Amino acid sequence: MSTKFVIDGLKATIEDKEILKGINLEIKGGEIHAIMGPNGTGKSTLASALMGHPKYEVTGGTAELNGEDLLEMDVDERALAGVFLAMQYPSEISGVTNSDFLRSAINARREEGDEISLIKFIRQMEAKMKELDMNPEFAHRYLNEGFSGGEKKRNEILQMLMLDPKIVILDEIDSGLDIDALKIVAAGVNSMRSEDRGFLIITHYQRLLNYITPDYVHVMMQGRIVKSGGPELAARLENEGYDWVKEELGIVDETVGQA
Amino acid sequence: MSTQLSTPINRSSAEALSRSKQEPQWLASLRAEAAELAETLAWPKPEKTRIERWSLGALGEYKAAEQLTRVEDLPADVQPYVPQDAGADFIVQRNSGIVFRQLSEQLKAQGVIFTDLETAAAEHPELVQPYLFSAVKKDEDKLNALHAALWNGGIFLYVPKNVDVELPVQALFLTDDPEATFAPHILIVAESNSRVTYVDRVISSRTGDAAPSIHHGAVEVIVKAGAQVRFASIHHMHPQVIDLSVRRSNVERDGRIEWIIGDLNDGNVLSDTTSSLDGAGSTSDVKVISIGASDQKMSLTTRAVHFGKNTDSLMVTRAVMKEQATAIINGITKIEKGATKANGVQTEKVLMLSPKARGDANPILLIDEDDVTAGHAASVGQVSPEQIHYLMSRGISKAQAERLIIYGFLAPVVSEIPIEAVRTQLRELLERKLLS
Ligand SMILES: Nc1ncnc2c1ncn2[C@@H]1O[C@H](COP(=O)(O)OP(=O)(O)OP(=O)(O)O)[C@@H](O)[C@H]1O
Ligand SMILES: [Mg+2]
Repeated sequence: MSTKFVIDGLKATIEDKEILKGINLEIKGGEIHAIMGPNGTGKSTLASALMGHPKYEVTGGTAELNGEDLLEMDVDERALAGVFLAMQYPSEISGVTNSDFLRSAINARREEGDEISLIKFIRQMEAKMKELDMNPEFAHRYLNEGFSGGEKKRNEILQMLMLDPKIVILDEIDSGLDIDALKIVAAGVNSMRSEDRGFLIITHYQRLLNYITPDYVHVMMQGRIVKSGGPELAARLENEGYDWVKEELGIVDETVGQA
Repeated sequence: MSTQLSTPINRSSAEALSRSKQEPQWLASLRAEAAELAETLAWPKPEKTRIERWSLGALGEYKAAEQLTRVEDLPADVQPYVPQDAGADFIVQRNSGIVFRQLSEQLKAQGVIFTDLETAAAEHPELVQPYLFSAVKKDEDKLNALHAALWNGGIFLYVPKNVDVELPVQALFLTDDPEATFAPHILIVAESNSRVTYVDRVISSRTGDAAPSIHHGAVEVIVKAGAQVRFASIHHMHPQVIDLSVRRSNVERDGRIEWIIGDLNDGNVLSDTTSSLDGAGSTSDVKVISIGASDQKMSLTTRAVHFGKNTDSLMVTRAVMKEQATAIINGITKIEKGATKANGVQTEKVLMLSPKARGDANPILLIDEDDVTAGHAASVGQVSPEQIHYLMSRGISKAQAERLIIYGFLAPVVSEIPIEAVRTQLRELLERKLLS
């Protein structure tokens, strides 16, 4: 079955402030959607609300992955249903090694009694780490603890590669990456492109989209998608900024939830 | 329930008991003196813990122990704590007395003495008398005095000069009769430049009934110049057993003591582990791991006292607190005048799993010398919802996410435990107690 992810009229609040004011978006398997937009316009909130972060309360709308109601599910169930979010600020967890963590995540997808063998897991992990040009020692480091900004991002991509999700949401995966790392991460994403996988890529910069060509580009302001287009939209935003969009739409303050 | 106990023993009963066990005169006198001290001395007053409110009357009576010919005859639930290696140097105390001893030819050939302390007091008085109650002071408080009067069974481990004992020597202390006094005393003497690892387990058998009882233990480790002693002890007793454990080590020049303590009891605990760094260049390292559950109360103290120059101490305690459990965790680094270039570092960390649990981490630095370095870190925290969310966002269940974080909290200490068997056993017990 090919993937279909439908967000319809999604509204969400944080601490009683409404941040998402009705998001509509449909992502099919094989498609790459990019979301751009100025700071504080609700991009990460959208990603977090979809993943089910406890701080965000969904107050309206629906989100369905292949007909399944995502919003009814616990966070782990959403992940098992196929949602993957590479977070803008991944957590650091002391004492839990990267490999123990990833193995738990993989085993969560398998039946009890059918856990992945240690050897097989290590081989897979080593291969993917190599793909991402990660030092093998990162397998034994504590999860994200003391990782540099770029190392954390690479580690998010490693998880994406290992967990085989259906819907991948990347929140500023390019921030903190040097040029070489950007290419490596982009190659990782491109290697995952497939008919049954959709991508939602949140970014501020065209340069990521030079390596990962999106099918659609959306602009977010005031907690809504205010404009959509093709890759050319990203190029224009890169060159001209957001003022022309605001002018066109009569928006003065593009942020959301600021008192 | 509080017990302002009238001391369960006095001068003449202590002496009478000693004589009935045919102990040497010097030991009978020591016990008699201690019994007299116990009548006047006060209980210790650990920070924020009123141990006098615990049922300290349940010390029981001395009961002669029946010897075992095979460790297989111990209760089934005790078997996991018996060393896997059939030839291990191994001693078992059950309630008031030693019931099993096994000493390898190799240790005998090296001149090592590993036997029960009662036997050693009779057979090797010249080695026992000078050290017994030299590190644990019988006149320090009522607790020590009572112990000195009442102790039974116990271990004497003597390692001659320059002898390197390769494999850990092991002991098991079992209480399964709440009416029997359970007060082992462990005395380890490591002569200069010797090296030894001692591992014990202090446990209760659940086949016994659940009347309240006490483990009243004391440990003395005498580390001579250049010697190294590693002492690992895992305590896992049922809720009705109060664990009173005092451990002291005196370390001479360039000697080293390492303590590894797993306080995994289900009942109240008073655990006090002190290293006295007497000689120049001596060092100590202590790791304490604990889990508190239900309405358990614990007072866990680690202490390093620096007398010698260039002495170095490291103390780490990590505790996980569940339900309504309380732990008061004290780390005391004391540097005496003249202990120049001493360095003392301590960390106490508590992870709270329940809003009703209580964990206090009290780092205390008492420094009377200027030319020293000392550091401390203490924290009491909860499992972070952000971390749980991150793990769950990868498909890991909430329960498993919490487990990973809790093990992660303990892992940096557990993984550094240098003895594989202890590490594995500790992990198993942690698992069991965390899941219960
Ligand atoms: N946990 C939070 N607590 C309080 N306010 C929040 C929280 N998360 C988001 N907000 C507010 O919601 C608004 C949208 O934030 P969001 O992180 O979604 O923006 P963004 O578009 O991702 O911005 P950026 O490009 O800077 O990452 C901001 O005003 C922000 O301050
Ligand atoms: Mg953001």
